[in-house]
Amino acid sequence: MKRRTFTSLVAGLSLAASMVGTTAMAQDNMRIALVVKALGIGFFEAAAEGAEEAASELGNVEIIYTGPTDTTAEGQIEVINSLIAQGVDAIAISANDPDALVPSLKRAMDRGITVISWDSGVAEGGRQMHLNPSSTPLIGNTIIKLAADHMPDGGDVAILSATATATNQNAWIEAAKEVLPNYDGVNLVATVYGDDLSDKSYREAQGLMASYPDLKAIIAPTTVGILASCQAVTDAGKIGEINVTGLGLPSEMAGCVDSGATKSFAIWNPIDLGYSATMLAHAIATGAETGAGAEIPMGRMGSVTLDDTGSAAMADPFTYDSSNIDQFKSIF
Amino acid sequence: MKRILASRELLLLVAIALVLGIISSRFPAFITPSNLVSVFNDTSPLILLAIGQMIVILTKCIDLSVAANLALTGMVVSLINIAAPGLPIIVTLVVATSFGACLGMFNGILVWKLDIPPIVVTLGTMTIFRGTIFLLTEGKWVNSHEMSDTFKAFPRSDILGLPVLSWFAIAAVILFTIVMTRTTLGRAFYAAGGNPHAATYAGINVGRTQFWAFMISGALAGLTGYLWVSRFAVAYVDVAGGFELTVVAACVIGGVSIMGGIGSVAGALLGALFLGIIANALPVVNISPFWQMAISGGAIIIAVALNAQANRTKGRIILKRAEHAT
Repeated sequence: MKRRTFTSLVAGLSLAASMVGTTAMAQDNMRIALVVKALGIGFFEAAAEGAEEAASELGNVEIIYTGPTDTTAEGQIEVINSLIAQGVDAIAISANDPDALVPSLKRAMDRGITVISWDSGVAEGGRQMHLNPSSTPLIGNTIIKLAADHMPDGGDVAILSATATATNQNAWIEAAKEVLPNYDGVNLVATVYGDDLSDKSYREAQGLMASYPDLKAIIAPTTVGILASCQAVTDAGKIGEINVTGLGLPSEMAGCVDSGATKSFAIWNPIDLGYSATMLAHAIATGAETGAGAEIPMGRMGSVTLDDTGSAAMADPFTYDSSNIDQFKSIF
Repeated sequence: MKRILASRELLLLVAIALVLGIISSRFPAFITPSNLVSVFNDTSPLILLAIGQMIVILTKCIDLSVAANLALTGMVVSLINIAAPGLPIIVTLVVATSFGACLGMFNGILVWKLDIPPIVVTLGTMTIFRGTIFLLTEGKWVNSHEMSDTFKAFPRSDILGLPVLSWFAIAAVILFTIVMTRTTLGRAFYAAGGNPHAATYAGINVGRTQFWAFMISGALAGLTGYLWVSRFAVAYVDVAGGFELTVVAACVIGGVSIMGGIGSVAGALLGALFLGIIANALPVVNISPFWQMAISGGAIIIAVALNAQANRTKGRIILKRAEHAT
């Protein structure tokens, strides 16, 4: 057996740590960091596009688009610490965990950095305001309505979510359950969790079809889940019998809408969301008030009014179907 | 030695039958032939990867980059498919397998020539492969409407009542059973891991044997990469995230010794099937998602404990008096 030397171990380790970021140069521009749940997700890439749009509109703003490579709070804490060290002017974050990020974000605010959360919120102590893409009750209502629209006689529906602990999805599902009595004959039979993995979501969708033969619709308020369900329904030959709906991105859902497995789905516009978050971060960093009831402008998106918890909703989710999918699939 | 192996596989078969029995008592439709076919089909990628991983573990190594290799190869063939939708499927298969094999050889070269511990090498290449996907696509997804119909239809097409995906798993089981039991290379894998010193004296190049093991594992991961992205009709950076641990778990449950030298294709197959059945059954038996993970984890620990028990008889007492003295 050959001897394993210490140097060979070090060589292997440095191989693993081959990706090291570079620090941006200090400039006169206001630097706003857009921190996302993880890099490489279409939704956040589109949000970054909106942020760039806001930056060019504002003129003297530089966007730092960053995030961990996987959706963990630990990864985001590292990113925040490095942003504090770089001395950015504002951080706009979509959080992987509402509480775990609070201490490091507090530290950022102590250093005079403006901190807002958007999309997925941070607990009140860890940010100056939170921008919801839409309001939770509106989304909950929308996802049930999407299913009900295509079932005039009512029937069984099931929800396929992300992880069982996902903050967003759980809030939407709660809101959906509240409005359920308003939809006659719509019967929610199960809520299952695909963990945002295509293989697990696919199996869960197959499980739903096996357990509930009369199922009329699968509602998946998550992009991985809705695609996997659509594929499972297609493979089972149940297009037309089961409508897959929920929240998805037009570019990813185009195939499902074309095949007929999905009649319609909804999503807010991530470009608008990134745009609004940047506008708000800029407004607050330049002195806008953030107390309850404060009204903050956000460029072409109008303005938002903060509630008691310092949160605000941007707009209603937008419904996509075969009539407009081709127009939007090339955008995001 | 042979008897222990046989009984361990028998034990797994009994466990699988037991699990199927429990599931069918709660959800009878689970054990209908058509559902069992779909469970086997769903488990096929795991079987393919577990066979490759088993060979690597036999040589005292471990390949943590299989899932990342799968994701990278899947993305590469998807991108090729976008660029040249008319490409015959056989070319896609050859490209996927050989590209995966190249990634595996990269691992193998580092382990063989630079003598870096395999766990460090593959931990590094795991990150590199995922990072490469990100660089190739800038994080964009390849979606079903961008893939050609033949590209998506191939793993689903039916031959004698089984999807092509399942046939690949069956073919791999047969091929590698023959390789492991009837060829010098197969015996070299056992020798290199079972007793590296003796293997060297017997004229086996341990490093090169490990290299071949990594290449086979890589080739299987590459092939699975194509089958995976076309089955789920989507390719992105996080495809099969964390799947490498499921693959290692399948091997360990299948009686493959993590110390090398012990294991069989049949064991890896049964280990994969065991995990596959549990993964497919949990959604239909209506168990809280918080319990699902605990049940999967519990099953792994029980299986490993049983394996450790079976392995314990290996030691030989050389000095009887010293044994009594303690």
